[in-house]
Amino acid sequence: MVTDGDSTDWGESEEMIYKLRLFVTGASPASVRAINNLQNILEQHLKDRYELEIIDAYQQPLLVKSEDVTAVPVLIKKEPTPLRKLVGDMSDTDKVLRGLGLL
Amino acid sequence: MPSKKASSTSKQLSHELPKTPTGIIGLDEITVGGLPTGRPTLVCGSAGCGKTLLSLEFIVRGAQEYNEPGVFIAFEEKADELATNVASLGFDLQKLQDQKKIKIDYIHIDRSEIEETGEYDLEGLFIRLNYAIDSIGAKRVVLDTIENLFSGLTNQAILRAELRRLFQFLKDKGVTAIITGERGEKTLTRQGLEEYVSDCVILLDHRIINQISTRRLRIVKYRGTLHGTNEYPFLIDEDGISVLPVTSLKLNKAVSSDRFSSGIPALDKMLSKGGFYRGSSILVSGTAGTGKTSVAASFCNEACNRGEKCMFFAFEESPAQIIRNMRSIGMDLQQHVDSGLLQFYASRPTLYGLEMHLVAIHKAIRRFKPQVVVLDPITNLITVGSVSDVKSMLVRLIDFLQEEQITVMFTALSLNTVVNEQTDEGVSSLVDAWLMIRDIEMNGERNRGLYIMKSRGMKHSNQVREFVISDNGLDLIDVYLGPDGILTGSAREAQMLLEETGQVLQTHAVGVKDRELLRKRKVLESKIESLRSEFESTEEELNKAYVENAIKKEVLEQNRQKLTTLRGKNISDADSEDEIKKTKKKK
Repeated sequence: MVTDGDSTDWGESEEMIYKLRLFVTGASPASVRAINNLQNILEQHLKDRYELEIIDAYQQPLLVKSEDVTAVPVLIKKEPTPLRKLVGDMSDTDKVLRGLGLL
Repeated sequence: MPSKKASSTSKQLSHELPKTPTGIIGLDEITVGGLPTGRPTLVCGSAGCGKTLLSLEFIVRGAQEYNEPGVFIAFEEKADELATNVASLGFDLQKLQDQKKIKIDYIHIDRSEIEETGEYDLEGLFIRLNYAIDSIGAKRVVLDTIENLFSGLTNQAILRAELRRLFQFLKDKGVTAIITGERGEKTLTRQGLEEYVSDCVILLDHRIINQISTRRLRIVKYRGTLHGTNEYPFLIDEDGISVLPVTSLKLNKAVSSDRFSSGIPALDKMLSKGGFYRGSSILVSGTAGTGKTSVAASFCNEACNRGEKCMFFAFEESPAQIIRNMRSIGMDLQQHVDSGLLQFYASRPTLYGLEMHLVAIHKAIRRFKPQVVVLDPITNLITVGSVSDVKSMLVRLIDFLQEEQITVMFTALSLNTVVNEQTDEGVSSLVDAWLMIRDIEMNGERNRGLYIMKSRGMKHSNQVREFVISDNGLDLIDVYLGPDGILTGSAREAQMLLEETGQVLQTHAVGVKDRELLRKRKVLESKIESLRSEFESTEEELNKAYVENAIKKEVLEQNRQKLTTLRGKNISDADSEDEIKKTKKKK
């Protein structure tokens, strides 16, 4: 994982750091699938260009509220803008990529 | 009384179905105690009919009045928007949130931000809800409007399954919940939420009839309990929602035999009890310009003078106008307004529908708690409803007022000059007393005649009195029954003058007779006197003979005795006894 966000170059998407937050609910089947699917996609398309935070919604109800999470699993793309929310178990790779702005 | 009924019935049902009072005026009466405790209730209706407000008031009243914290999950408006919207109702959401009495969570779902990438559930919503409920120990929950989920998320199958789970979750949590939903085309809600909520469904409606909008509420179903089934109008104003349970009518109100004055002493005299009963309803009807408002104002004025609170509902004139007009006949209503005893409530009839007027009147009366209420005039309400509507509204109003032991005076305009046995509103059978003021046109002038058409429970005069409005107020004068009928106004004055003349003449005649009598009496008396003196002289004459006789007799006796003594100086006692015998024989 690359960490230095300050070096983000808006002109070149190649250099952008993706700040991602994935909310899951414990070890539910959908959550496990979502984590696995997402990590595969990220490794494939955004290697070393993302920060992924995996949050257990049960543990962080306040964060669930502040991030306005309703459906889970949900991946919130905070950066680069625009903000997007990817709901589901990330099994539809095309949609995940579109949501991340990679397609 | 609906509330009595509510308390008794809820006690009876308490072991069957516990209820949570909403704190919304009237709603608890219709639902006979409130919403089902620990179960979700669906409130549905079209846009702008007050769903959000009703549910929010449920939460706020719960927090403020029943000490039941509540969670409001808003899908439509942000917390601060909500707070602004209801600030005008006196609900301080921020303060209540700071006190941890309520919690508002805004759930925003924007389809443009969301990409659905596979299977999901709404566990996030559950977590938030659960956290919110647990953090303040909420007993009440509102989800407003959960159907917004359907616009943000597309997978209907998941949503429906999750909704079912959500309602089960709410029941498991034991919270009393309100779920709001938009009215659908043919179904109660667009997404068929009624499938999930089977315990209690309340339908709100916003209808426009004759360009006047009325909000109505109906309980579509309420499983396992009694409830009012009609459509009830409700009002949204600065105190929130008030629902009027309009048809919970019974005829079992208490009555009072207290009486009080009408403000017109002569009118009181026409009533055997010296006034009207407290808590009765009085109708004053008459044609235009007969002084109905003046009678009503004088009634008010009198009540205020007694120190009673009085409320004047004016549908025709503004308060300032009434005060000015009444000042011209010597009534100062302003002082009562200033002292807080008199309150005016003026509104155009066309402002609301009839039902809304009723709700507004109810509210105003409940707030001010007057002992006397005046409605002037009820005829104007005809402009916003049909005759039967007005009648049914007035029935309910009278019922309400009698229940509260409030004396009410209505004024009604008779549209035709022929005296009708029935008023145009058909309320005459409802009222306890009915004063009729009619025009009496004669000799080129118009006068007012007042009579009591009916007055339940007391004897009353059957006479038509002339009703006079002067600078000093109102008064009734006995009308004159002349050879041509009733005489009023100047004809009455003329008749009075005529009679006065007659009186003078008669007095004079009587004087002459009296004097003659006196003279005759004097003559007779002198005659009697002379006769008496004649009699006295005769009597004296007679007496004189008697006395002379007696004296003569005495003198003779004395002489004889002297002679006897002289003759028999030596005669024995026996002789003297003989002498006595002789004298006895002589006698």
